[in-house]
Amino acid sequence: MLQYTIRRVLLAIPVLFVVVLVTFVISRSIPGDPCHSILGEKATEEQCDRFLENYGLNEPIYVQFGIFLQHLMRGDLGDSIRFSRPVSIMLVERLPMTIELGVSAMFIAVLVGLPLGIISATRRNSFADVGTMIGANLGVSIPVFFLGLMLIWLFAVFLKDTPLALPPSGRLSPGITTVPFYEVYNLDPGEQLSLRFHVFEFIANLYLVNSFITGQWETFLDAGKHLILPAVALATIPLSIIARMTRSSMLEVLGQDYVRTARAKGLSQNKVVMKHAFRNALLPVVTIVGLQMGSILGGAVLTETIFGLAGVGRSVVDSIFSRDFPVLQGFVIVIAFMYIFFNLVVDLSYSFLDPRVKLD
Amino acid sequence: MTDTVAEIQSDDIADISDYKTNSLWRLTFRRLFRQRSAQVGLVVLSILFFVAIFAPIVAPYDPTEVLIGKEDVKKRQPPCIHLLGCPEDQPQHIMGIDGNVRDMFSRIVYGTRVSLQIGIMIVVFAAGIGTVLGAIAGYAGGATDNIIMRFLDVVLSFPSLLLAIAIVFVMDDRSLFNAMLAVAIVSIPAYARVVRSSVISLREADYVEASRALGASNFEILTRRILPNALPPLIILATLGIATAILDTAALSFLGLGAQEPTPEWGTMLGRERNQLFSAPHLVFLPGIAISITVLAFNLLGDGLRDALDPRLVQAGKGDE
Repeated sequence: MLQYTIRRVLLAIPVLFVVVLVTFVISRSIPGDPCHSILGEKATEEQCDRFLENYGLNEPIYVQFGIFLQHLMRGDLGDSIRFSRPVSIMLVERLPMTIELGVSAMFIAVLVGLPLGIISATRRNSFADVGTMIGANLGVSIPVFFLGLMLIWLFAVFLKDTPLALPPSGRLSPGITTVPFYEVYNLDPGEQLSLRFHVFEFIANLYLVNSFITGQWETFLDAGKHLILPAVALATIPLSIIARMTRSSMLEVLGQDYVRTARAKGLSQNKVVMKHAFRNALLPVVTIVGLQMGSILGGAVLTETIFGLAGVGRSVVDSIFSRDFPVLQGFVIVIAFMYIFFNLVVDLSYSFLDPRVKLD
Repeated sequence: MTDTVAEIQSDDIADISDYKTNSLWRLTFRRLFRQRSAQVGLVVLSILFFVAIFAPIVAPYDPTEVLIGKEDVKKRQPPCIHLLGCPEDQPQHIMGIDGNVRDMFSRIVYGTRVSLQIGIMIVVFAAGIGTVLGAIAGYAGGATDNIIMRFLDVVLSFPSLLLAIAIVFVMDDRSLFNAMLAVAIVSIPAYARVVRSSVISLREADYVEASRALGASNFEILTRRILPNALPPLIILATLGIATAILDTAALSFLGLGAQEPTPEWGTMLGRERNQLFSAPHLVFLPGIAISITVLAFNLLGDGLRDALDPRLVQAGKGDE
């Protein structure tokens, strides 16, 4: 098991390197130079030369790549050209938003999708089954951005003055503040760019986590309310896919001989389903859950745009628009790394779920 | 007797397998038509194709025609349907007027044309290239397989929408064509993988050995023996892929990176009017519903195909739902 893990990690490294290379190449291939994007159309040659030299953009491309790699090894992602702030700090400010959104969406998708799939499978062709399948089909057919807009319309316009109203944008309502946990507990966050500082800031920006551990309940509730609509919108596609996959996987497993044996032994339907069928049906579902992370990260771009959330997805799009290479490179690399890591975890969990799976 | 044996040539063998292929298709179609989901999907799709083909007749106005001087209509005016009570003296606009004072219904109708073209072209391109890559990788195996698969893995390491956005920017021209190209590039790995796994499992078949023994070249074996049998999962993926392609292109257009004005693309329409959600909801709902219905129809068809072509359900006779 350990050997397999090490092998997989080692195999992932060339892929990671190519990802870094491709990100670098793509971000430098985007036509239009940052000088005019940032300093404006009227920037003179001299100003541009100084600007480019400042950011080392005058060097030949392979030198730039070498410098980039060097810095990357040290954990230095450079400074945003547009905001003149370290990319890592921007990352630490925005990634938590996307993570909260993504995790909530995944949570909803699994929590609702799995039971729906199981119920559909065990009560085949019943109303619940047909209803779930129709719902699942609709779920993958309605575009995320449209669903988000419809949800906003429903909960922020139609239900505006009812207790069911939900806020349509932002992370917190005006007037609600969040106090970082290290201030509340008087912990020293460390120097500006230290690792400790990054970690502390990261946790503090996970509003739900931060307010939970510091007891800021008003903030917690408010942040939660703001997260509901975007998370539901984002969760719909994975939810539908998980429900369908669970259903078909369960159906396949329920047709197996060992299930018949279990039933013949007199086990209750519940026990048969949960103890025997479900665990074995889980394998393809886990694959799907892993694959959905990519779709969630992509869907997060649209959701963040519609709901006005300052997350990583939207930052990437903004940085593409403004030719802000360091931000683009840094964010995309981190996203890709996370995705690869997540898939690795999914792969490794196979052997855990199904002992017959031989890792070779 | 010996004469008959000596006269058997590859052409004859091809005839026999052609016959088998025919009856498989016939069986598939029969099972397909019996499924409720596929029936619904096909009906909706026929309506959509009809609307797309006969758009100039179905649509009362030209989709790019600005009506400012020609009719007394206001920007973003809600629908006016004479049958439902709108006064006769006002011009009928079933779906209202959009932000540039154009008839919404006509734009939606022509949008059908645009979306269907988008979906089909993207899938043809991506499936074509994906099949070639997958077939080569699966048949050749070894280093070729590895290289091709690693390359596809890199594409798959990025969330598809982000990569598509980046590709559009690299091409530096925000146009529908570039958006379609980006979405197609991002979709290629899925087709390659499916074809590759089919080819890998089919290349050990006896009839492949037989063809090889008869002296058929690798190319002939691939194209005449293996690929036809690799078609079912590919067709399913392609049908579902049209749905995904339409969704992805709509997403890019929504962000402003796809179809540009005045092309009547549903995603673009949604994107432009998205701030009018509160004041003119019909401009947001109608394109969205159009996208959803179209994508749903293709999804239903793809699901029906999947159930009809599933070999396990064939045996148990459970293909009729």
